[in-house]
Amino acid sequence: MNVELVLFGAFALLTLLSAGLVIFAKNAISSAMALVATFFFLAGIYVLLWAHTVAVLQVLVYAGAIMVLFLFVIMLLNLGESTATGPRLTLSRIAGGAAAAGLLVVLVVSIWKMPVRAETFTGPQAIASGFGTLAVIGQTIFTKWLLPFEAVSLLLLVAMVGAVVVAKSRI
Amino acid sequence: MVPISYYLILAAALFCIGMFGVLIRRNALVVFMCVELMLNAANLTFLAFAKQNGDFTGHVSAFFVIAVAAAEASIGLAIVIAVFRSRGTVNIDEMRTMKH
Repeated sequence: MNVELVLFGAFALLTLLSAGLVIFAKNAISSAMALVATFFFLAGIYVLLWAHTVAVLQVLVYAGAIMVLFLFVIMLLNLGESTATGPRLTLSRIAGGAAAAGLLVVLVVSIWKMPVRAETFTGPQAIASGFGTLAVIGQTIFTKWLLPFEAVSLLLLVAMVGAVVVAKSRI
Repeated sequence: MVPISYYLILAAALFCIGMFGVLIRRNALVVFMCVELMLNAANLTFLAFAKQNGDFTGHVSAFFVIAVAAAEASIGLAIVIAVFRSRGTVNIDEMRTMKH
């Protein structure tokens, strides 16, 4: 029972709870706030995985920019409370739940049967090689992964122009 | 020391929760949020395997997944706005046909 296990247990439980809140909340704003909480707890788990840069990017981009966009759209559309008409437990919902539960069972069994490695990469070796730091990841992106980086920047430009064109009422 | 399989099982659970939300919710915005949950589960898997192998290619992949998710979220929300403007609803049960 060390600190890492306690922290992982706390963050994992909170992540799953807020993810459950996302799908079971009544209105869209509650789902959006629960998703923001999920992203923050996931960033904590990323830090436990020695992925510091990705954790900070998760908070900055996902929880900070994408969720703000979601909240703006929800407030722009001015949706009220969800009008839940009809029975709660329809056949399609039961089938969806069975499919999700089946996939979870298959994934958990296949993960459990994975051969266990002796140790994971952490400690002084990770600190010495700068694992997960911004300098090392930046070096990799700008040397080995330069083409995907330029392609993603072009993709973001296209997405920006496309979003403005699609959402405008009159072009 | 937390074994890597714990992180992978958490990612699998998060993915299945997201998939359940996509299949069960009728509000298009909440469906979108559950798709983002699934993307985060994939990110967690990338990072867990990166830690196991000592190879930070997983971190670079997670970085690109975050960037692509940002682009997809902006376009998807613009489409939701356009559909709301023409149909008056974001309930996916009421958007059955392409012809209005």
